[in-house]
Amino acid sequence: MNPLAFSRDRLLIAGLAIVLLAALVAPNWMRFLLQVSMSAGLVALGVMLQMRLGLVSFGQGLYYCIGGYTAAMLAVFTGINDIVVLAVAGTAVAGAVAFIAGFLMRRYRGIFFAMLSLALSMILYGILVKARALGSTDGFNIHHLSLLGFSLQGEVKQLATYSLTIVCVLASVLASRRYLSSSVGTVAEAIRENELRVEYLGSSAQVLVHYTYVLAALISGLGGVLFALAIGHVDPLMVYWSTSGQFVFVALLSGTVSVVAPLIGMLLLETVRMYAMAISPNTWQIILGTVMLAVIIFIPKGLFSVIMPQNRGGKS
Amino acid sequence: MTPIIETRKLERTFGAVVAAADINVRIEQGETLGIIGANGAGKTTFVNMITGHLPPSSGAILFDGADITGNAPRQITRKGISRSFQIAQIFPDMTVIENMLVAITIAEEARLSPMRAAVTRARVERAREALGQFGLADSQDRVAGTLPQGAKKLLDIAMAMASRPKVMLLDEPTSGVSTEEKLAMMQHLMGALRQSGTTIIFIEHDMDIIGAHASRILAFYEGRIIADGSTAQVLADPQVRTHVIGQHVDREAGHA
Repeated sequence: MNPLAFSRDRLLIAGLAIVLLAALVAPNWMRFLLQVSMSAGLVALGVMLQMRLGLVSFGQGLYYCIGGYTAAMLAVFTGINDIVVLAVAGTAVAGAVAFIAGFLMRRYRGIFFAMLSLALSMILYGILVKARALGSTDGFNIHHLSLLGFSLQGEVKQLATYSLTIVCVLASVLASRRYLSSSVGTVAEAIRENELRVEYLGSSAQVLVHYTYVLAALISGLGGVLFALAIGHVDPLMVYWSTSGQFVFVALLSGTVSVVAPLIGMLLLETVRMYAMAISPNTWQIILGTVMLAVIIFIPKGLFSVIMPQNRGGKS
Repeated sequence: MTPIIETRKLERTFGAVVAAADINVRIEQGETLGIIGANGAGKTTFVNMITGHLPPSSGAILFDGADITGNAPRQITRKGISRSFQIAQIFPDMTVIENMLVAITIAEEARLSPMRAAVTRARVERAREALGQFGLADSQDRVAGTLPQGAKKLLDIAMAMASRPKVMLLDEPTSGVSTEEKLAMMQHLMGALRQSGTTIIFIEHDMDIIGAHASRILAFYEGRIIADGSTAQVLADPQVRTHVIGQHVDREAGHA
């Protein structure tokens, strides 16, 4: 509800759009880095939306994986390989699963919500590693993709999937922003502060949590589809707890003041990871860990709190 | 005429403990009803049952003739009964006007929209007006958690009034407020509530405040109503003097 933060947010979204569009003519490696970061960044955005309600999902990889596997299974087992159809299908299945799981999740808060989300994601992990038809722990590849009936190969494939990523990321960011300023988004944030008061003002906290949970799953599912299209492969690691932990970490590092923050946070993380692996292939985790530690110590409210401080009447 | 609230043989037990028993009350529209009783007498249990915080063990609650027994708090609020709490229930990290805007958004939208903007010029105007009525206009940009106790209570009540309820229940509106602030705060509060024509039910320990503002009193003792009538009648009742006012006077004397 902070108008200053919202106007800066608009500028950041415009900046993000320019960067993503400019990368259409950038080298392949740079475009690929952006594509992977934005796809995973969408999942961190889903985590961030829930964090604004005071809920931390340690299992957001569930919807990332559902989106990715839905797209991959459709492409490989049914021959439906139009990238737009795959994006819609993966997102829809993630949303449908979240709608059902939401009836359970909306009853829990705090550590119980976090652990339950983790448990649900690890159930899927357990199923996938046992599923031989889906490649077990190795997963499987997506070979053929198309768009409007045209087969996509080589650089055209990358440009097409990247373009789809741009459209989906900007649409998700704008939808999230709209949601946060809407009646549901505004009242849902109040739940974090005082659920009892929300109920006694005449609104159902559970329904609002459910709304946000499904929206976060839709965005995360879309992120999973885009990731699967970018690398042409899915495997159970997408739903493993360490992957979900990474999304939480990025959301924490980025802060909750802007819908663009998790995307930029994920891009920074992937960039640091890429250079750390190039500089020190065997001990890159030490470099990555040191950078993360520095951010936590020096910018405890997240990277974006530096450029978008929240004015709270003198209260920090 | 149908009473705005009617309770029939209302009872609430916690295991072997009877917190409220045989509560039969008819409250008419426009009344200002004061509830008195020592700690643990059943006052808050009574308010909690009416507002859906606690389901009664048995009995019925009627609102404007319709049975609302066992309804959820949000359903009861939507029907027209609002409440404030002994400990002010606000959104402490939001500003005062943001608190009010959340309350107005919920009040104005029967079904909250994920697309429609919550903050509109009209709602900001309405929020400012409401804060002005409760004497909080100067604090609108202050973080609610930093307000003095009395102002927090007023904000809690102002938010509860956003839905323009037919009945407003106040659970010890002056508890935690300094003696100097109390009378002025109640004057301000009752003025704002009466202006809206709301039926007021308030729990209070301070007999001066009860005497000044209630038109009728319910006195509770050990979960039962021991007196129900006009202010003068109840305050003069021997049972009330023994079990309620006497204890209150004794306690104050003990503190002195």
